[in-house]
Amino acid sequence: MKDSQIRVLVAKPGLDGHDRGAKVIARALRDAGFEVIYTGIRQTPQMIAEAALQEDVDVVGLSILSGAHMTLCPKVIELLHAQGQEDVLVLLGGIIPDEDAVQLKAAGVHAVFGPGTTSAEIIDYIRTAMAGG
Amino acid sequence: MPKPVPTQQLISDLLEGDRLALARAISRVEDDAAEAARIVRAVFAHTGRAHLIGVTGAPGTGKSTLVSALVESYRASGVTVGVLAVDPTSPFSGGALLGDRVRMTGHSGDAGVFIRSMATRRGTGGLAKASADAMLLLDAAGFDRILVETVGAGQAEIEIASVADTVVVVEAPGLGDEVQAIKAGLLEIADVFAVNKADRKGAARTVAALEMMLETGGAAAQTIFHHGQRMETGAATSETEAGDGWSIPVLETVAVSGGGVDELRDALERHRAWLGESGARTAREGRRLDHMLQTLVQAEFLARMERTLSPALRRDLVERMQRRETDPYSAAADSMKKLSP
Ligand code: B12
Ligand SMILES: Nc1nc2c(ncn2[C@@H]2O[C@H](COP(=O)(O)OP(=O)(O)OP(=O)(O)O)[C@@H](O)[C@H]2O)c(=O)[nH]1
Ligand SMILES: [Mg+2]
Repeated sequence: MKDSQIRVLVAKPGLDGHDRGAKVIARALRDAGFEVIYTGIRQTPQMIAEAALQEDVDVVGLSILSGAHMTLCPKVIELLHAQGQEDVLVLLGGIIPDEDAVQLKAAGVHAVFGPGTTSAEIIDYIRTAMAGG
Repeated sequence: MPKPVPTQQLISDLLEGDRLALARAISRVEDDAAEAARIVRAVFAHTGRAHLIGVTGAPGTGKSTLVSALVESYRASGVTVGVLAVDPTSPFSGGALLGDRVRMTGHSGDAGVFIRSMATRRGTGGLAKASADAMLLLDAAGFDRILVETVGAGQAEIEIASVADTVVVVEAPGLGDEVQAIKAGLLEIADVFAVNKADRKGAARTVAALEMMLETGGAAAQTIFHHGQRMETGAATSETEAGDGWSIPVLETVAVSGGGVDELRDALERHRAWLGESGARTAREGRRLDHMLQTLVQAEFLARMERTLSPALRRDLVERMQRRETDPYSAAADSMKKLSP
């Protein structure tokens, strides 16, 4: 009997206390049928990578509204790759200027979602990506 | 999509303590019954070393915070710890929000700690169906102590008593009518009580209420407990268990500051020693394996039923009953014959 579930880590790296968006997304993903592991605020990239490994997640979702995304995101990706999780889908939400989003995508972030993104868009994105699309 | 790592490779890496292999093996055991069988078969000979500790109690009593504090205390004494934190699956969406980890963030960079969140999926009784298998994997990967946090429990969530060596029931002051809260089911399965949030007023009263219950109702509770187990496990349990020689401690803890946590750890270590000396450890392991056996056979029966008793076949039987050519009992007996092979 098979009972596969998509597992998503939702994490807030850095000293950023804006957790409203992360919590909204975590709940929306649960309601869409995903298993969501929420780590809470003030996570270092090391803590996030470690949680991603122990939880064997398919998706790592970062939420950053502090402006520190250019240092935090590449670090998380580097650690994920170093520990053998090159295949994890990395998503980023929060306040991310367009030109930064372009650079981050080149650095391995799969998609960036800014303020006003609907949950449905994010859910669709994950489902499509997980289906191999 | 990248090619998945072959199961054989995962198993040998897991046994060498590879953390990613352990994490992936737990997912496979959760996702796929055939893989679970393959993996558990291969690692079972390497299990039986770890002390399995269940942590249960009403929602919000501080189980996760206490588990995290216990991990710290165990690590200070050099012992390695695996944690399994179970949270409920939403019956509406099938998804889950696993939040226990938020309270367990202090152990980053420590290879002696492994924390895994698990949704109940279709499991009942406060655990997931895959919980027992995941505990075996953590055991096989070499962790000395395995802490399992159940879903915030009421009286029905006592499955943990069937899978752990030692059960900690966490209470907190101010949960309304203490006696009611305690009476409901959990008293019977506790080996150790932790009255957490002892920094709040009312803790002493909760401790007193618990101690009173243990004194007055203790013996009765043990009998009920034994009856429950007997009914469940039949011959597999020899009656050398609880009752003789272990008196259930009631300890105050403040999980947020670590207060009383070393004492709780000491009580768990004393219980572990007692289990070994009294023979109860062997009895509990027997009970646990008997429980797993029954669960697996039940699941296999159900699967076989779904395979053989196809909707078409059932429709046919129903129509024959409606024409009064057969009756429900004969139809059931005919169906059972089809199940046999
Ligand atoms: C509410 C708010 C606060 C609240 C936060 C409450 C809380 N617990 O979250 C309070 C008042 C505490 C606060 C404080 C501060 N704030 Co403020 N705050 C805001 C505000 C007005 C709205 C943020 C919000 O909650 N939006 C609602 C949620 C649902 O949206 P969201 O987080 O963007 O999430 C959406 C997407 O981004 C995406 N998403 C988000 N996370 C994720 C994760 C994943 C995995 C995915 C897929 C998608 C995703 O999906 C969501 C749904 O669409 C913004 C301005 C703005 N318009 O965004 C400023 C803003 C974020 N704050 C700002 C600042 C500067 C601060 C302070 C530093 C102010 C100060 N000097 O004290 C402090 C810092 C606090 C701290 N400890 O970090 C700046 C940040 C500037 C920057 N990045 O360059 C902003 C942009 C205001 C501004 N224009 O200057 N703030
Ligand atoms: N004052 C006080 N608060 C505590 C203590 N331990 C935990 N808490 C707080 O109690 C709340 C719940 O703690 P958790 O550890 O999440 O409780 P839980 O039993 O795991 O909760 P569920 O998993 O949701 O059932 C948190 O806000 C903790 O900070 C304590 O000893 N004293
Ligand atoms: Mg908890």
